[in-house]
Amino acid sequence: MKFFQKSWYKILAVLIVAYTLVYGLLINLPTDVGILDETIRNLFYHVPMWFGMMLILMAAWVNSILFLNKPSTKRDVYASELTNVGILMGFCGLFTGMFWAYNTWGTAWTNDPKLNGVAAGMAMYGGYWLVQKSVNDTEKRARLAAVYNVFVFPLFLALIVVMPKLAQSSIHPGSGESVNFKSYNSTNNMEMVFYPAVIGWCLLFVWIAELRTRFRLLEIQKENEENNI
Amino acid sequence: MLQASAQNNESLFRSSGKIYVVVGIISIIFFMIVLYLVRLDKKISRLEKDKK
Repeated sequence: MKFFQKSWYKILAVLIVAYTLVYGLLINLPTDVGILDETIRNLFYHVPMWFGMMLILMAAWVNSILFLNKPSTKRDVYASELTNVGILMGFCGLFTGMFWAYNTWGTAWTNDPKLNGVAAGMAMYGGYWLVQKSVNDTEKRARLAAVYNVFVFPLFLALIVVMPKLAQSSIHPGSGESVNFKSYNSTNNMEMVFYPAVIGWCLLFVWIAELRTRFRLLEIQKENEENNI
Repeated sequence: MLQASAQNNESLFRSSGKIYVVVGIISIIFFMIVLYLVRLDKKISRLEKDKK
């Protein structure tokens, strides 16, 4: 029983991701989608990386706020490890996106507001990493990192969601004057794979973040014991 | 029209039946990664138990 309480979301993550990996390839989709053609299936693999990243970075943000409210090592480690994993997911989205773009638009990096926003946003999270590496005092470092994270997440969202939406033109669906993915969905079955994919990948990466957090907490515990001796 | 495009898709993507091979290989890779994560999880659990 305890096993299920602790790992229900891990089981769920594996089942959901397996389902989306397989069914995303086998599902019947509209083929009249212009240059996208069969690569429209990337909606089930590339886009969940970005959605999952936003959800995981939001979880990190919540942990940072909770830390500032009531400081604890656990919250600090959770915030930084969730951010790490979120950025990893972001890079998965970035590289898959570059590969997809190269094969669709002919170039790996277009001057699209969404891509420029992400580049700036990643640089800001580079700053989060710098803050963590540049302060020696553990307590001060945790506080600074939490404050930085509380500011950086809304700015990141503004750069990758709000700004592209306000932009004049974009080749990403749902940004600027471009069409939404819904307009490609003439068979009305994309949601059946897309939304589970977002949830499944998100849970899977949370699992990795949990492992990293537990490992880091063990490390901290060991350091403290050594200092006491 | 919809029916036609769905059938089009059928012929392009699944006519040879080879797509199932790709699906199988992706599944194997995914489950190997999951197995690896499960073992890692168990290792960390054991370390946590030793500490207590």
